[in-house]
Amino acid sequence: MEDTICALSTAAGMGAIALIRVSGKDCFPIVNRFFKPISQKHDISKAEPYSCVLGKLIDDKGQTVDEVMLNLFKGPQSYTGEDVIEIACHGSTYIQEQILRLLTTNGARLADPGEYTLRAYINGKMDLSQAEAVADLIASENKASHQIALQHLKGGISKEIKALRKELIDFVSLIELELDFAEEDVEFADRSALNNLLKRIEGVLSSLISSYDTGNAIKSGVPVAIIGAPNAGKSTLLNLLLKEDKAIVTEIAGTTRDAIEDEISIDGVNYRFIDTAGIRETEDLVESIGIKKTFEKIEQSDLVLYLIDAERFNSKAERRVLNEELAHIVDKIGERNFILIINKVSSLKESIPESIQDLKPISMNAKDGFGLEQLNERISSFYNWGDLAAQQSIVTNVRHLKALQLSLVNIEKVQQGLNEGLSGDLLSFDIREALQNLGSIIGEVDVDKDILGNIFGKFCIGK
Amino acid sequence: MINQEYDVIVVGGGHAGAEAAAAAANLGAKTLLITMNLQTIGQMSCNPAMGGIAKGQIVREIDALGGLSGIISDKTAIQFRMLNRSKGPAMWSPRVQSDRWRFAEEWRLALEAIPNLDFFQDMVVDLEVSGDKIVAVHTGMGVRVRAKKVVLTNGTFLNGLIHIGEKNYGGGRAGERAATGITERLVKLGFESGRMKTGTPPRVDGRSLDYSKMEEQKGDDKPEKFSFSKETRALDKQRSCYITYTSEDVHEALREGFDRSPMFNGSIESLGPRYCPSIEDKINRFADKDRHQIFVEPEGWNTVEIYVNGFSTSLPQEVQEKALRMVKGFENVKIFRPGYAIEYDYFPPTQLKHSLETKLVDGLYFAGQINGTTGYEEAASQGLMAGINAARAVKEEDALVLSRDSAYIGVLIDDLITKGTEEPYRMFTSRAEYRILLRQDNADERLTPVGHDIGLVSDERMKEFHVKQSKTEALSSFIGDLSVRQEEINPVLEEKGLSPIKQTMKFDKILSRPQLSFSDFTGVEALKSFIFDNDIKDENIEQVEIALKYAGYITKEKENASKIDRLEHLSIPKNFDYTKLKSLSYEAREKLIKQQPATIKEAKGISGVSPADISVLLVYMGR
Repeated sequence: MEDTICALSTAAGMGAIALIRVSGKDCFPIVNRFFKPISQKHDISKAEPYSCVLGKLIDDKGQTVDEVMLNLFKGPQSYTGEDVIEIACHGSTYIQEQILRLLTTNGARLADPGEYTLRAYINGKMDLSQAEAVADLIASENKASHQIALQHLKGGISKEIKALRKELIDFVSLIELELDFAEEDVEFADRSALNNLLKRIEGVLSSLISSYDTGNAIKSGVPVAIIGAPNAGKSTLLNLLLKEDKAIVTEIAGTTRDAIEDEISIDGVNYRFIDTAGIRETEDLVESIGIKKTFEKIEQSDLVLYLIDAERFNSKAERRVLNEELAHIVDKIGERNFILIINKVSSLKESIPESIQDLKPISMNAKDGFGLEQLNERISSFYNWGDLAAQQSIVTNVRHLKALQLSLVNIEKVQQGLNEGLSGDLLSFDIREALQNLGSIIGEVDVDKDILGNIFGKFCIGK
Repeated sequence: MINQEYDVIVVGGGHAGAEAAAAAANLGAKTLLITMNLQTIGQMSCNPAMGGIAKGQIVREIDALGGLSGIISDKTAIQFRMLNRSKGPAMWSPRVQSDRWRFAEEWRLALEAIPNLDFFQDMVVDLEVSGDKIVAVHTGMGVRVRAKKVVLTNGTFLNGLIHIGEKNYGGGRAGERAATGITERLVKLGFESGRMKTGTPPRVDGRSLDYSKMEEQKGDDKPEKFSFSKETRALDKQRSCYITYTSEDVHEALREGFDRSPMFNGSIESLGPRYCPSIEDKINRFADKDRHQIFVEPEGWNTVEIYVNGFSTSLPQEVQEKALRMVKGFENVKIFRPGYAIEYDYFPPTQLKHSLETKLVDGLYFAGQINGTTGYEEAASQGLMAGINAARAVKEEDALVLSRDSAYIGVLIDDLITKGTEEPYRMFTSRAEYRILLRQDNADERLTPVGHDIGLVSDERMKEFHVKQSKTEALSSFIGDLSVRQEEINPVLEEKGLSPIKQTMKFDKILSRPQLSFSDFTGVEALKSFIFDNDIKDENIEQVEIALKYAGYITKEKENASKIDRLEHLSIPKNFDYTKLKSLSYEAREKLIKQQPATIKEAKGISGVSPADISVLLVYMGR
């Protein structure tokens, strides 16, 4: 129990508020890494225990995740008998996941079912009869997690993980064969074949890990960035999409103040607009190209709507600037889904250059809704979840994500070891860790039995 | 003498029995060793070798704890090899070829040297139990000997049945009769029994072999030894082994006899080990392999008898001979003794506690093949633990149980007790989840203090151990403090194609680079004089080097081990009433009642007991 654990303590899913509990000897320093109190004098490392502190959680990009209230407890006077911090946050599942992500990337580990009670019990905070009161809870939690595991077992992700695990077990069996049966006439796998296998496994792990963002998008909405020069009509487009005139729109650039509603649904898929408050910027055109803010927005998004004011095509000088701007933006967008919108088409006098035509722009007049149907169709064409889920496995669970990330670290270590000629027992150590991590997702953890069974089944060994 | 009550009676004088008798007697228990034949104490029934991968580690552990197998192996070795030298230090595994006669002789002499150990030659045919306590054994000649504790180490003798081709006959080893009565008594007492099978290859006349057609396998240039003690010395001369191969012709000749093989015609039904297959099994299961390796092992310094390792078989003798003659170098082979298979009774080891005492009968201990294991080392280590625990129980001391992160012996016994085994159990390094901690080089560090605490390791050996430890520590802190200059180090680094250092550095930092070792820096003056002044030995340098190079892995395994340790060491009261726990699954309840685990850890290891059941147990426990 040297490590610090965290978990959502309120019911899973959306609620008005949620409570995340962190317990363990490092819980204060861990939370302190990303918690910024409203007032300097409330620094939690100096704060009185059994007090409440208000502040913000800041992620590694400097973005505020949420404004939260912390309840501070010092061991042994706490539920688990260890230092405990309860984080009261807003109840969206997205925020919950993000906070757990912050905690786990900063050194905490997700608690196993019943682990808080177990710690409380072991630290003498409860006697057995008290612990009994939570017995049903623990039991039902396990039952539930069992059912969840079963559901996963039928689903794509566990199939994929089972397949990966099998390959890894084959791989480690070869290594073990070299170790335990070095004396015998066994054929050893050539290292380049092993390297290829590792590369493939790495690929699958990486794609599963990156599918978390897709999975998260399914759960929390596809993040959409609306970008473009000031006064290109971003607010108008947003309002059109939201179909509610909630943003304050004026003729003067930079007057959008509050993002009010920022989610819409098209064909059953949710889209979440990023930084709607910042859609109007006061920077001049040159600066707005490639400025950090736009790029950051693109980075956080999965879909980019890029607006160009049609009037700009009318001036030769503007067209040149535009070309440059476009090149920068397209470069940044990379693999993301991207829709180029030429707004205010009614004021277009010149023809649109071919280089822009190639990007299949949508002509719109956001003010009167012209082109909206075409835009919706284009957006939907990118996000056909039904097909997507059938084609590839999507990770939606932060625990699974963590296990996959840990496995990937292990696999990378094996690759490095293989290249450096590290001895098999140490390679095997890292592979076993990966197997443990993968196994924890599907509930198969008896690595040794699998390995030995595999060796005896496949190879002729024994004097 | 037979009229007195013994503290401990050990039945059987193989590797398990000999270690058990020695340990019990050395711990002060009045001990009697009963065996069917006093001439075959310490007999190597199978190959003439001790140690090997994972097994060599066990021999080192036995030695570190105060057992005798290491010393006897050293004294009777004819060849030493450290296997897996090219792998990490956790994989280094000592192995010796032994002189079979000398091995048995040394065991007999070692046992005779223990004052309160008595011997008696007879077959134990019955066990006398009063209530649920063992009280005496009865022999075939009608002698009743009383005892507080009894250790059974019957090997392959319980209802042993030997098969060669279509012939089979009762026997515990070629030329020796089987033991009867014990199985029947144990079954009456409520024990579950099973059958296992193992086999052995033919032994041949070395004068009839042509070694020029084989590859020579020499011992190590710098042979080491098993025992940490000063009682033994490394070999100064060695005998070689030879390697040859079977061929398609050999396989074809063997296949012709398959219809007369007890393996294939149904007369052997019990399960043999997958990792010690007979030659007929190998060619049957791995039909695509066109050759199999054969190790030609001398049986001793002076004898001409040769052990044909890798050719274990129970085919008819004439088939064995015909096939063997097609093996390169064996064209004119003369067989001394044909190979055979043997079936014998064992008792699923889930019926034991971690002390190796049976759950059903107080004071009755099992060790060795009776528990479903295979291998001398596996047997010897169980014998040692059973002997220790029987003697401790006499003195009403707690059982000595080694944890999985402190010894292979701990892994072995824990696997047996919590998982059972369906085929003869052999140790592999891959069975040990903490194998980076369980190295042959640090067996003394792990176990000698334990052996000393219980009184099996002498004060003198403990002193030697402390001297070694303090030298290792001194060297370790010396290199941590030693600053080395560029000009001392960079020539070595350059020679190895490594980037040079730019400023003075601590020596341990430099050594932790994977490509470098102590031997690269013999020129560093301060180091040289420290080693000389403090009489630092190779073993100290090796310890420091291993600790440095594998620090990351060692720390991680220690962390993993302690994490699990804390949660799992909660003990479950004896006779805990599982029927009260309605929330346990039906299967879990049945198994828990049957196996009566002593701790949460043991309960977790029982198949059919789920994490949810463990949670329930944790919370209800002690009610």
